[in-house]
Amino acid sequence: MISRFTTAFCALAAFVVVALPAAAEDSVKIAYVDPLSGGGASIGEVGLKTFQYLADSVNANGGVVGHKLEIVAYDNKLNAQETLLQVQKAIDSGVRFITQGNGSAFAAAIEDFVTKYNERNPGKEVLFFNYAAVDPVLTNDKCSYWHFRWDANSDIKMAALTNYMKTRSNVKKVYLINQDYSFGQSVRKGAREMLGAKRPDVEIVGDEVHPLLKVTDFSPYIAKIKASGADSVITGNWGQDFALLLKAAADAGLQVDWYTYYAGGTGGPTAIKQANLADRVYQISEGLPNEPYAPAQEFEKAFRAKTGVSLFYPRAVNEIGMFVKAAKEANSVDPVKVAAKLDGMKFTVDNGGEGFMRTDDHQFFQPMYIANLGPLDKNQPFEEEGTGWGWKVTGKIDAQDTLLPTSCKMNRPS
Amino acid sequence: MLELVTISTLNGVLYGMLLFLMASGLTLIFSMMGVLNFAHASFYMLGAFFGFQISQFVGFWPAFFIAPVLVGGIGALVERYGLRRVHKHGPVAELLFTFGLAFVIVEIVQMIWGKGPADYRVPPSLNFSAFTAFSTNYPAYKMFELLTAIAIFAVLLMLLTRTRIGLIIQASLTHPHMVAMLGHNVPRIFMLVFGVGTGLAAVAGVIAGPALVTQSNMAGSLGPILFVVVVVGGLGSLFGAFLASLLIGLVQTFAVSVNLSIADVLQPLGVAAPSGGALFDIWNVTVAQIAPIIPYLLLVLILIFRPTGLMGTREQ
Repeated sequence: MISRFTTAFCALAAFVVVALPAAAEDSVKIAYVDPLSGGGASIGEVGLKTFQYLADSVNANGGVVGHKLEIVAYDNKLNAQETLLQVQKAIDSGVRFITQGNGSAFAAAIEDFVTKYNERNPGKEVLFFNYAAVDPVLTNDKCSYWHFRWDANSDIKMAALTNYMKTRSNVKKVYLINQDYSFGQSVRKGAREMLGAKRPDVEIVGDEVHPLLKVTDFSPYIAKIKASGADSVITGNWGQDFALLLKAAADAGLQVDWYTYYAGGTGGPTAIKQANLADRVYQISEGLPNEPYAPAQEFEKAFRAKTGVSLFYPRAVNEIGMFVKAAKEANSVDPVKVAAKLDGMKFTVDNGGEGFMRTDDHQFFQPMYIANLGPLDKNQPFEEEGTGWGWKVTGKIDAQDTLLPTSCKMNRPS
Repeated sequence: MLELVTISTLNGVLYGMLLFLMASGLTLIFSMMGVLNFAHASFYMLGAFFGFQISQFVGFWPAFFIAPVLVGGIGALVERYGLRRVHKHGPVAELLFTFGLAFVIVEIVQMIWGKGPADYRVPPSLNFSAFTAFSTNYPAYKMFELLTAIAIFAVLLMLLTRTRIGLIIQASLTHPHMVAMLGHNVPRIFMLVFGVGTGLAAVAGVIAGPALVTQSNMAGSLGPILFVVVVVGGLGSLFGAFLASLLIGLVQTFAVSVNLSIADVLQPLGVAAPSGGALFDIWNVTVAQIAPIIPYLLLVLILIFRPTGLMGTREQ
């Protein structure tokens, strides 16, 4: 009797001792490499919260083909060298999936690093999931089989924005103001080319770039916009560069339409409300809380209840969803097999509608939305940052209509 | 043209006064104690967050007075229990101490208020436009900013040059032993000066918080420009800091409105632009594009040609 009990106990003990570490080692890890200190911290923090929330909900539903999904945070301090150090550190600790989004320059560094690493270390391949870096070059001249991008690149966004502006007859004089780095430059270039082709009658009355996250007083820039007589401004500014720009505009009483990429980022809606620019600030994005699609709205509600912020990255939801789907189809979390499944995958995106990961360049194409911020209508349940204002969709573009050609010549593993 | 000049001048003066508001405490501490306080911008940030938090409970106006007193109190404690002990080991130790302190304050602020921006707004009583020039509005809040800066400048100048306390403070710096011999408590005077200096930083924080963005990186983004103001003005000179703030505000604002590049200047003279490479980029950069770095260029030039700054008295 006693011996049977002892045996059972020993067996149980052995099971616990063996099983626990095994379960921990068995988890599949995604390294989140983004700024968590310094100027970009407020943005990096929101992304991290999003991914952790997604991992929790994946784990509550059985994980990734039986493995626990774990997000490991690495602080890249918005510095290219630090980014690569952190990626190396992550790989050394056994991580096979990297995700990053803030700053195309850092994304380019990771893409290059991962491509070379995979060439030199067959059997230990690493994948790079890019959720927000939008420089077109990452899926064009510098494209890589190991890089997947879920955010629409800046040319796709600009094409959608200009298609919308084309239909707005009150757009006559446009001013461009952007941050002086690869992304800001690609916005101004895209805007010039596409507006010129679609609306040759529109005059570009100003084309300004300013240093990234260095300007405290935007009033001289606002004075210039005012002097130019512009009726619309296109800007790719994000973070405090957007908030301060809008505040300065509000102070000076500048009344123009704003066509933006990131007005919905942290602090953006607050600044728009302070500036009292109801329905005059547009944003192009891949999903919005007030788009009437029940599953997305339920997700948004649960997400806000848990994290206290609104979902700024529906693309992260798509990324994790597709990762889980690919692993399931491959019945493995091996990066090579996952990559093969992601390549060309079709997926129902967070806001409803179909998207697909283009085989040619690993750019994800999805329905895009143009929306402006203003007082809420009755059927719009979600406000932003406690302002009482929310996003109203004014235009939707299907995935098929966002396709742009690519110059990518991809090196595929044989 | 007249419109652009008028508006740029107004904007430049407003920005310059904001800079002076922030630099006044720094220059006070340096001129009176000889301590280059690297944590100054952090006290400025503390002021903004204290102002935000207190105004949540009792409104902006009480916060405008309470927050600087609290931050000044913290500053005095830092001097009493930190800086004074480090002082024995010379200026390098002091510098390193304030440098470390800056990191500590940022971490604490992030722990309490998080990394995102706080929703700190302009009080309703000042949320209207004071006047309109060439159809550009100037908000009352900016006028309030301007008046506060001028008031602080006037009061400090009077206090230091026209009152007994000012005399004793100035004497404590050059002849601490003699002042102590006369029965004054020199360490307490230093504690007071440091407290007032950090309190002034907090005043700037409370005011700038709603006008700019109140978040945990605001110290980092303003720290460098404050040192430019103090060095260009002349280390330790209050009047110099005032002039330098105005100068930097105006130069930066006017530079933004100039769209000239090297190419624009040389082309009419018959000099052909280089066709490619790094030189091509430099050729086409406009003055407006480099406006925010012009103050730093000024810093370098001042250090080369007039190391004492515009009004500096610390000639070696």
